[in-house]
Amino acid sequence: MLTLTCPYCGIAAEETELQPGGEAHLKRFGPGSSDAEFEAYLFARRNPKGVHFERWRHAYGCGKWFMAARDTATLQVYGTYKAQTPFPTPEIVAAIQHRHPQWRPDFDATSPTPTSAPEGLTQ
Amino acid sequence: MPAAPASSSTGRYSVFAIAREALRLHSGWKRAWASPEPRRKYQVVIVGAGGHGLATAYYLGRNFGITDVAVIEKGWLGGGNTGRNTTIIRSNYLQDPSAAIYDKALKLYENLSQDLNYNIMFSPRGLLMLAQTEHEVRGYKRTAHANHLQGVATEWISPRRIKDMLPIINIDGPRYPVLGGLYQERAGTARHDAVAWGYARACSAMGMHIIQNCEVTGIETQGGKVAAVNTGKGRIECDKLALIAAGHSSVLADMAGFRLPIESLALQALVSEPIKPCCNLVIMANTVHGYLSQSDKGEMVIGGGTDGFNNYTQRGSWHHVEETVRALIETFPMLSRLKMLRQWGGIVDMTGDRSPILSATPVGNIFVNCGWGTGGFKAIPGSGWAMAELVAQGRPGPLAADFGLDRFAQGRFIDESVAAGVAH
Repeated sequence: MLTLTCPYCGIAAEETELQPGGEAHLKRFGPGSSDAEFEAYLFARRNPKGVHFERWRHAYGCGKWFMAARDTATLQVYGTYKAQTPFPTPEIVAAIQHRHPQWRPDFDATSPTPTSAPEGLTQ
Repeated sequence: MPAAPASSSTGRYSVFAIAREALRLHSGWKRAWASPEPRRKYQVVIVGAGGHGLATAYYLGRNFGITDVAVIEKGWLGGGNTGRNTTIIRSNYLQDPSAAIYDKALKLYENLSQDLNYNIMFSPRGLLMLAQTEHEVRGYKRTAHANHLQGVATEWISPRRIKDMLPIINIDGPRYPVLGGLYQERAGTARHDAVAWGYARACSAMGMHIIQNCEVTGIETQGGKVAAVNTGKGRIECDKLALIAAGHSSVLADMAGFRLPIESLALQALVSEPIKPCCNLVIMANTVHGYLSQSDKGEMVIGGGTDGFNNYTQRGSWHHVEETVRALIETFPMLSRLKMLRQWGGIVDMTGDRSPILSATPVGNIFVNCGWGTGGFKAIPGSGWAMAELVAQGRPGPLAADFGLDRFAQGRFIDESVAAGVAH
């Protein structure tokens, strides 16, 4: 069974006490955006075979939303981090690169501000 | 309808062929399809030799005379979802575009063994969708009315009649009583592998190339149009490219430079040890996320729900097996005495409205057929028929017209997610 450690309460939570919430780090588009942007925000997903950043909720625990970096091809979990994190942390990137040395993030994991997340990740 | 062309390499299957081969100790049977090396160029390249890809190739040849076709496959023929489903065939959908394409498929299935000269063991044994909550009662009555208007024969039947048809069912369980059911008499099952094999044999007989163990590693475009695919067996040029790869559609779309409104999830199924015939219907119980039929070998074939997270591993979660079986046992108490033999998973391509995509794409001459989600097997002939129209003519015919990618931008959904439940 998939086990994710909740970054808030520190519990290694089993899949049955978690609620999956889909792809993480989506940039919201709403009123004023173009039809194409709104469509992409609602429906176009990366759905990668490999490293996937996603949202989970510790539904039968502390109830908080958090993020997980997981591999959809191997089911390996690279780590979890808090939902307020604008993009994956350097620790997560290091964990991924430990397994996949050639993997390069398409965002700047060392930047302190959320605005430096490039379009590639936030679409 | 013309029979599948028989070539000297395959021979035509008949009672006379069986008698002739019996006399010479079955030494004369030929391979059902050829395994050629790829040529440098084809008019149409289809990625994915599952049921949908092979059916598309078959109807391209049969309905449009296009036989310069290669069907390339990463693994082995029919080894993806075509060989991993619970073989259910039905057409009792709520929305008109769905009913049209699934009923076309059902009608083609009815004559497919004759059409392909290959026994796909189509068994129209009848299908019953159980209503176990008041919400489902209203939903299925609505579907029955919709089916009546669509010309798809279904009926709403009472718990008493369900018990008469299916003695092993417990209609008055405490948590999920059976309140009635939506019954489609023409629905049933077929041998899933045989569907892929039959289409493959017919395609090969038309001179098409089926190339297995040939993974696509890249898609080359030139001036906004497809030029070639790079594969494990070299570069293959093509005029038109059809991506029909179910759970891996997003990966292929990424190679071509666009995204699809699809997420890949694992869906799993399991079979019990074989037992004597006890269930001559296909049963779907959407409230408890389980469906059930008995195979010709006697195994109870049980399908469950999808996992909630993206997954490409063709495995399922153990707790979903437990959940599915636990819920089914109340309605079918005899299942509690059975041992389960095998469990497996497939990667299904889920769209937001739980309806498929048959569409042109942002890249010229690339077409996609995907998003069949948990219910693709039943659609194979209709999907192939509609996709062949789309690929041959460059624009969708009447069956595919409503299933374009543009429906997501336009909010023109074909919403089967509430009609069919999670599993279909």
